[in-house]
Amino acid sequence: MPDFMVRVLDIAIGGLLMGGIYALIAMGLSLQYGVARVLNIAHGEFIMLGAFATFTLYTVFGINPLLTLVIIGPIIFLIGFFLHRTLFTRLRISAPNADAYAASSMLATFGLLYIIQNLALLAWGANLRAYSYLNFGVNLGGAIFAANRLVTLGFAIGIGLGFYIFLARSRLGKAIRAAAQDPTTARLMGVNINLVLAICFGLGAVMAGLAGTLLSLRIPITPTMGLNYTIIAIIIVVLGGLGSIPGSFIGGFILGIIGTIVAYVEPSLSLAAYYFIFMVLLLVRPKGIFGK
Amino acid sequence: MDITRFTSKNFLIPGIIILVLLIALSILPLYSSLYMVILVTAILMYIILTVSWALFSGPSGYLSLASAAFFGIGIYTSAILLPNTGVVLPLLLVVALGGVISFIVALLVGFLTLRLRGIYFAIFTFGLVELIKQVLIFWEINITGTRGRFIILVDNAHIYWVMLAIFVLLMLTTYFLRRSKFGLALQSIGENEEAAAHRGINVTMVKVITFAISAFFMGAVGATIATRWTYIDPYIAFNVLFSFLPILMAIFGGLSQIYGPVLGAVIFAYLEEVLLTKFPYYYMLTFGIVLVGVILFLPGGLVGLIQRLRRRRRRKGGPVEQNANT
Repeated sequence: MPDFMVRVLDIAIGGLLMGGIYALIAMGLSLQYGVARVLNIAHGEFIMLGAFATFTLYTVFGINPLLTLVIIGPIIFLIGFFLHRTLFTRLRISAPNADAYAASSMLATFGLLYIIQNLALLAWGANLRAYSYLNFGVNLGGAIFAANRLVTLGFAIGIGLGFYIFLARSRLGKAIRAAAQDPTTARLMGVNINLVLAICFGLGAVMAGLAGTLLSLRIPITPTMGLNYTIIAIIIVVLGGLGSIPGSFIGGFILGIIGTIVAYVEPSLSLAAYYFIFMVLLLVRPKGIFGK
Repeated sequence: MDITRFTSKNFLIPGIIILVLLIALSILPLYSSLYMVILVTAILMYIILTVSWALFSGPSGYLSLASAAFFGIGIYTSAILLPNTGVVLPLLLVVALGGVISFIVALLVGFLTLRLRGIYFAIFTFGLVELIKQVLIFWEINITGTRGRFIILVDNAHIYWVMLAIFVLLMLTTYFLRRSKFGLALQSIGENEEAAAHRGINVTMVKVITFAISAFFMGAVGATIATRWTYIDPYIAFNVLFSFLPILMAIFGGLSQIYGPVLGAVIFAYLEEVLLTKFPYYYMLTFGIVLVGVILFLPGGLVGLIQRLRRRRRRKGGPVEQNANT
């Protein structure tokens, strides 16, 4: 194969790999922000928690990192669920209007960010941590990728699609979509709105936690890693359209590919490129590409 | 303006207290220790950041997360104009320039973004801080080939007086803005923007100008404090924490009264001074817990709490006291 084609393939698959993680993170935030109306600045902290939980389970107890997905998922769901039941439900009920709730809940999540991050710093220290798992090369048409990155992509797509099917087919998924469209009407139709929103928030946290587990397979982790992913997730959710789960999924891949291309040309500008796209998008089409 | 307003009892006593406090503050470096001067400088810095954030976001209801951007612009103005080698400009001029550059950037940003409603504005301003930081890092690595800058040392008392001057100017601006037609227009935008527009208020103009005025003070305070930090890089100058700290302090103090943000800033700045150096993680942990706690249990902040307590006492005091108050 010609050299140029290998390079294109390298960027395309690299972008998909990054996009897979981004898509998961963004779908999680989309549930929390698009449906539960909590712009969760602490979203990235759940990613960090998932990553460190996997790190600890693997290095201390020797549990297979991919198996930890099953252990971490339910625990993070419960944390997210009870956070919403105690903190955000109370804020939602006492807020005079939707805008006031959006502002107060966002500030509360900023407080959460500091609580979770500093507890993690106290528990694990500020150093970079890493472990090695499935770390061998796989040759895909001339370009070589680490096996753990391909596994990550497979799991990210699998979890993303599974989740989408759950939303599209199940009864609870229908209730969630109804709550996303119009909480008041959904409630009149017999949806227990407080419960559904808490489930949404919990599921959003699970997506973040699982993404964290997958991330820990391939990059070094630190307790302060979360905020960058939160920002990327916010950008994708706005890009894909508020409350649109497929939008977040596709938007994640779009941003992953753009990021890889920019990183190929000038690595130090990839975050700046995200912000630039995001700010132009907010000004030109704040509803997002897939928003109605 | 009615002159009797200034001689009435309600105005005279607070007036005298403020005057005495101001005189005590302005001669502080003459009678107290260096540590005290530096501590009060830090407290003043947080008060200015908090009050100037509240100046715009309080009445308008637009949650701005751009404080760190304007603060950082001020810091970088100092870093560029006050290098520890070469020609050095007078401090006051640098401070004024820091404010003016922030003002101009805020005008541009304001015209672009203040039509974004609610949470979108918050997200945009949050992104602004990171965008400036990333571009600066790129610029420093690839174009100038440096990383970070050193700033010439300025006498601590000097920094303190400049800070105090900015503070007094800010309090006067806030006080008169609140009472002016302009301030009332901003208030009505916060309550109902459509209604305000229909009353003939140029809503965009009012929002953008107030946003820029608040940015001026943030830039000025950044330019001043940079001279005490001596070393600057984009991570230090554009730290998102400086977008959130003023909000926490303002909400903790309470936004309904002019002294609320001041109260919140004084308490938190002092706590930071005491805790940050010894227990950084615990300080940030406490910061998070207090932020969540205040939002959850103290929506009106300390001011709201004081007003509630006063009302309760008044009710107990019976009708006599109530008459005296009206």
